Amino acid sequence: MRLSAPRPRLEFHRPTPGEELIHFEHLKKVFGPKRVFDDLELSVCAGETLVVIGGSGSGKSVLLKCLIGLLYPDGGRIIFQGQDLTRFREEDFFAVRRHVAMVFQGSALFDSLTVGENVAYPLREHFPELSPEEMARRVAEKLAWVNLPGTEGMMPADLSGGMRKRVGLARAIATDPEVILWDEPTTGLDPVTTRSINAMINSMKERLGCTSIVVTHDMVSAFELGDRIAMLADRRIVQVGTPEEMRRSTVPEVRAFLDARRAEFSPQGVGA
Amino acid sequence: MSTAVETSKGGSAELLPAAPGTSFGACIRLRLGALGALAVMTGKVFSRAVRPPYDWGALVYHTESLGVRSMPIALLTSTFAGLVISLQFGFFLARFGVQYTVGRVVILTLFRELAPVLTALTVGARIGSGIAAELGAMTVTEQVDAVRALGADPVRKLVVPRVLACLLVLPALTVVADVVGLVAGALVVNVQYGITLELFFRGALDTVLMTDFVSGIIKGAIFGVIIGLVGCFKGLTVEGGTEGVGRATTQSVAMTSVTVCLADFFITKLTLYL
Repeated sequence: MRLSAPRPRLEFHRPTPGEELIHFEHLKKVFGPKRVFDDLELSVCAGETLVVIGGSGSGKSVLLKCLIGLLYPDGGRIIFQGQDLTRFREEDFFAVRRHVAMVFQGSALFDSLTVGENVAYPLREHFPELSPEEMARRVAEKLAWVNLPGTEGMMPADLSGGMRKRVGLARAIATDPEVILWDEPTTGLDPVTTRSINAMINSMKERLGCTSIVVTHDMVSAFELGDRIAMLADRRIVQVGTPEEMRRSTVPEVRAFLDARRAEFSPQGVGA
Repeated sequence: MSTAVETSKGGSAELLPAAPGTSFGACIRLRLGALGALAVMTGKVFSRAVRPPYDWGALVYHTESLGVRSMPIALLTSTFAGLVISLQFGFFLARFGVQYTVGRVVILTLFRELAPVLTALTVGARIGSGIAAELGAMTVTEQVDAVRALGADPVRKLVVPRVLACLLVLPALTVVADVVGLVAGALVVNVQYGITLELFFRGALDTVLMTDFVSGIIKGAIFGVIIGLVGCFKGLTVEGGTEGVGRATTQSVAMTSVTVCLADFFITKLTLYL
């Protein structure tokens, strides 16, 4: 007789483009007295780039961290390929993290490891059977993809902000994930580097055929990258649509956000 | 904020500091929650430590960085501890006309008590605060989250090698402190009271038993585990950016010192029966 319910296991199958891959269902998350999500609903389809926009502190990063199991929601479900991730324990997320990679806002490179060791880190965890030569080949390949060939021996402290972002990306794609989560990929970068990072995000989609969820409050990047854009405000998703639909949105929260961003870039400033 | 220290459910132990105005009951709940999270982490450390794969490279690295670099402070502390207790005991035993027994008293005091406890308090403060600061900085820069996101277990990768290194380092430094403190004590009573080195060491070695030596080593090992666990726990539960790292570092020193003193009493009680 089984005394406890069977442990959930992720059985991943390669999704067909357009099929629903991830569904946040009535998601709730609180931090002490602060409610971050209240009945949040959002679907992500395979192969698309979904950009989540919203103000600072609106919970955009929390959404990504709930998906990859770095935070646990307080209610609702997260369905990934038909499996409810909220039933998963820390150990069960190992398989999820093989298929879902995250690029952190501050890159989160390991200071004590070289660039090459940083990129090899997920390979060692998920593919320990790989030979050192094969591992070195994959590391070199991924660094070449992000235009940083031959930097294996450098230390993270020697890199610029843009280079750190790219190494963070190389590390995230080392295992050829099906889903990449981007947490503020262009925050703090100059416009030229921002464009190169955006180009890289688009090229990953073509190279890996992966699904991307990009969290940002940079509207230029949002319109450049997103197949669809979702606006997070008031603890829920207030609108999801194509970039064109969002531009023409009449939803007050979306309008206020877009107008504020536009005013930021207008020569006359906010008062214009 | 998330932390790498999880509760039994698998969620994160969100150990928010008690805000001003927090009720007494809420403070107690918060402290009990922290204690529970520390207990869960301790259980995980022991379960991971005995199961392969073992990261020998990390263990050697941390043993070297925590142990060898703590040698100067351990030597300095034990030298002066040996000098002071020898001077004191020599002075007071002279009142009873038995100053020639100073070696016997010094060796027992050093082996059973002073060497392990002083080493734990001084070296422990250095090691514990270092671990808390290092892991705290990793936590606030999302490196600990990255370890998890890349498919690794932070307890196995970050905590186990440090705790095991502390477990090895503290007894080793205790032995060094035993020897150095004894030699320093012998020299000072020779100069101050004219007690020969031969008389000092013969008295000391006739008195000391293996259990006296072993009890000090056991204390050192237990203190090492406490220092490692507290430092790692404080580092992994940092909240509030760089200010939080500073707070965690200070707290780890205070918590280590108090826990070592408490543990010392109970271990002493137990080791008296060895």
